[in-house]
Order: sequence, then structure tokens, then C-alpha cells
Amino acid sequence: MEIFQYGFMQRAFWAVIMVGVLCSTLSFFTVLNRLSFMGAGIAHAMLGGMAIGLLMEANPLYTGTVFAVLLSLLIGYTSRYGKMQEDTVIGIFFATGMALGITLISLKEGYYPELFSLLFGNVLAVSARDLLFLAVVMTAVLLFIFFFFKELLTVSFDEELARANGLPSTALYLGLLASLALTVVVSVIVVGVVLSSALLVIPAATGYRFSRNYRTMLLLSVVIGVLSGLAGLTFSYHYDVPSGAAIVLFAALIFFGSFIPFLPGKIAGAWRKIFRGST
Amino acid sequence: MSSHPVVETKDINLSWNGHTILENINIKISAGEMVGIIGPNGAGKTTLLRIILGLVKPTRGEVRIFGSPPEKLGKLRDKIGYMPQRPHFKSFFPLSTLDVVAMGGFTRSFLGKPASRPQRKKARSSLEKVGLLSLESKPFAELSGGQQQRAFLARALCKDPLLLILDEPNAGLDLPSQQRFFSLLKELQESSGITVVIVSHDLAVISGFASQLICINRTMHVHGSPLEVLNSPNLEEAYRCEVDVFYGRGRC
Repeated sequence: MEIFQYGFMQRAFWAVIMVGVLCSTLSFFTVLNRLSFMGAGIAHAMLGGMAIGLLMEANPLYTGTVFAVLLSLLIGYTSRYGKMQEDTVIGIFFATGMALGITLISLKEGYYPELFSLLFGNVLAVSARDLLFLAVVMTAVLLFIFFFFKELLTVSFDEELARANGLPSTALYLGLLASLALTVVVSVIVVGVVLSSALLVIPAATGYRFSRNYRTMLLLSVVIGVLSGLAGLTFSYHYDVPSGAAIVLFAALIFFGSFIPFLPGKIAGAWRKIFRGST
Repeated sequence: MSSHPVVETKDINLSWNGHTILENINIKISAGEMVGIIGPNGAGKTTLLRIILGLVKPTRGEVRIFGSPPEKLGKLRDKIGYMPQRPHFKSFFPLSTLDVVAMGGFTRSFLGKPASRPQRKKARSSLEKVGLLSLESKPFAELSGGQQQRAFLARALCKDPLLLILDEPNAGLDLPSQQRFFSLLKELQESSGITVVIVSHDLAVISGFASQLICINRTMHVHGSPLEVLNSPNLEEAYRCEVDVFYGRGRC
């Protein structure tokens, strides 16, 4: 296929697949734990970390990563022990991180195309080093989810029971937030700071509409995440539109399609026929 | 383990922001008993249960479960079945009844290990005990209030507990459902010999099933058999009003 003859397109496809799998998996927990504002908050506050990287002449993606993870842990800790509502804490850090970023960037003269890419995403500019970074992050986060899936589900559904069962609920919650922060970072590579929260919400929200069981929801979420990524990238290649925006629009299209009367029921019925009893 | 009381508290005190929540609570519960903790709203019943479970640290005093402090229970924690109050769970979760029940077996001992076939089998057998096996695949959110309470009981039974702690298990149930629930509980308790501690604000129902009642309102007011507690003048002192046992509530 013509589209695959370019190295940058091959890397872009790999990036979209990996980000699709990772974001969709995390979006399952984001939707069920009502953490969508957390995703948006971390993505925007991360600007502060990226600006630190620019000032230090380090890779803004790496400093942004450290900043995002520390911030997620701080938000989690403050909302648990600071007697404050989670959304209040996120709202404060969201604005503070952005303000820090804007201030630091204004201190340094010049034009920074890499910053523009991180704000709006540029999957076509993904380097081999970015792909390696993405693969490492994806492996680490998916391993955490894989090993602690049943515990994360229990803590999410009924934390009181989880604690009574002796599960380290705070550590699991902070681990989930750190995973969310890492996922935000890699989604920034593909769709940018501004749109990254969409990939952390739409796939699982769509999967939820078609499912009566979490297994189906998780599987559908991953399928929708990867499909919208591939469709958006192909569309952007043929029609010369920004790839990040095209990916988010395809995901949104599937989501709004789920509101067509009877469609969720028909798809769920077809799914039941394929995987009897799993919905 | 058998020489110790199943639950023992010594001079439990809890203060929060300068307010006394619990004061000098001394309880001893032996193996095989079915104990009801009663008291008016805000008396500290749920807090006492959470202290017993080690979820809240008392300001002063000691708790022993099977002879050990709650934080040092280790694997013995797997022998405690707990049914929290209903509002704690998120009702929009896409979980089947079996999924919810199986969560009862996900303890620290199984941390990081995949859910096993024996755990699912145990969850099914718990569902069978409460008569809900036919609904195992049904979404949990679609069960009636009474069925959800029975499923939560099955979840607490999932670990083959020696101690069962239930917080307001009859909340939101009509009187016939409450009677059915407690009859089932009594049957399970008698067949397996487990120790049961129930928090309830409903005197009428609980006094028909419990072997011992403990009445608290910040401090412990009465402790004894249902007959002793219901006839004690201290009961009205605890509720700070006249108690109509037939209807199970205070008439102030």
C-alpha cells in the first residue's frame, strides 16, 4: 500500500496502534472512576513540565513525563488527605501548571516548533526514539493493569470492601493515577495536550453504551480506540488534515453513532452471537 | 485462636476535631454468637465496626480480633466477611452478580494473582447459599434491593468466614424482605457456626434473631440478651426518648 512506503507513516501507524490500545485500556478506568477531568487536568498542567525541559534544554517530553507523574500523585494525595474534593484539587493544579508553563516559556526567547507539536500533536513527526519511549510506557502501564486488574476493579467499585479485604487501596489508586499520567503523556505525542483527554474518555464511554459487562466494555473500548486511530490517520493522510483532530473526530463519530436508535441493541445482539453470554 | 474471644475491645475511645465519637467501649464476643449492635442514628455504630475492622484507628484503647490487633491479622483477615452499608458501591458499574460476589475473595493474599477458577466456584457456591445462583449472569444493577442485599451477603460469605460483620444489612428493605434476610442469615449462621456481628437501627427485627444486643450511643449503654436490653431503662437513655420496640423506633 502506498501509505506504508514512507518511514514516517509506518512509525505513525505503530504509534497510533500503541496509543490506541493504552488510552482505551486506561479510559475504561477513567470512565468508571469518573476521572475524565483528571485526564484533562494532567494534560494541561503538563505544560509546566514541558516548559522546564525547554528552559533546561532537555527533551520537553521527558520533563513533562516526570512532571505529570509527580502531579498526578500530588493530586491524589491532596484529595485523599487534604480534606478537599478531587475536582477542586485538579482545577487548582490544572491552572497552576499552565500558568507555570506560560511564564517559563515567556522567559526564553525564540520559537519552539517541538512545543507546538506537543500542544496540538503531530503523529507524523514521531521518531524511532519516541516509538521506543511509547513502547516502554505502554508495557509498564499494561503490566501494572494486567497484574492488578481485579484489585483495581474492586477498589473502583467498592473501596470500603477493598480496604476491609486488606488491599492497599491508596497505593492502587495512586498507581492508577500515575498510569493515567503516563498515558496522557503518550497520547500527547499523537493528539497533543489540547485533545489528549478525548482519547481517555470516548473509547470507554462508547464501549459502555454497548455493554452490560465490563469485559465487553474493555474489549470494545480497545477496538474503538485502535480503529478510530487508524481511520483518523488514514483520513488525515488522504485529505491533508491534522491527524490528531481527525482521530478524535472519528472516535466522536462512533460515540454519536451509538445514539442511533436500536444500534446499541443490535450490536450487543450480534456480539452475543459471536461470544455467547459475554455481554 | 479458639481460646480468645472472636472480637474484643478494651476502652475504645475515638475523638475527631475535638468531638468525642466513641467513649469507653468494652465488648467481648465469643465464637458462634450472633450479636446485634443497636443505637440511634449517629450513635457511632458504623464507626465502631470500622474500628473493629481496622479501617479507623481509635484515639485510645485496644481491639483484638481472633486475639490479634486488626493491623496484624495477616492471613486471618481472609476469615472476616464484611458487608458495608449500601451507599458505598457504584451502581452504574457494568458487573454481573457473579462478578460482584467474586470480589469478596479478592484479598491481600491474592494480590497480583489472576482470579482463579476456585474463586469463581466459591462465588457460585455463595450465590447458591443465598438462593441467587440463577441470577449469576444478570447485571448487578438490575437486581432488586433485596436481591442486591443477598448478593452482598454472598460476597461476604465468599471467603468461608469465621466472623461475619454486617452494617445495616436491612437498610432499604421492606419488613417481609428483612424477615427473609435475617432468617437466611440465622440459618447460615447455625449451619456453619460462624460469629455474626450486625449493626442495625431496627430493634424489632434484630431482637428476634440476635443472641446478644449491644446498645451504644457514643458510649455503651446496655449489653445483654435481647430480653435484658429491651427491658432495661438504659435503652431509653441511649435513645434519649421512649422506645417502641414493636415498631422498632423511638417515640420522642
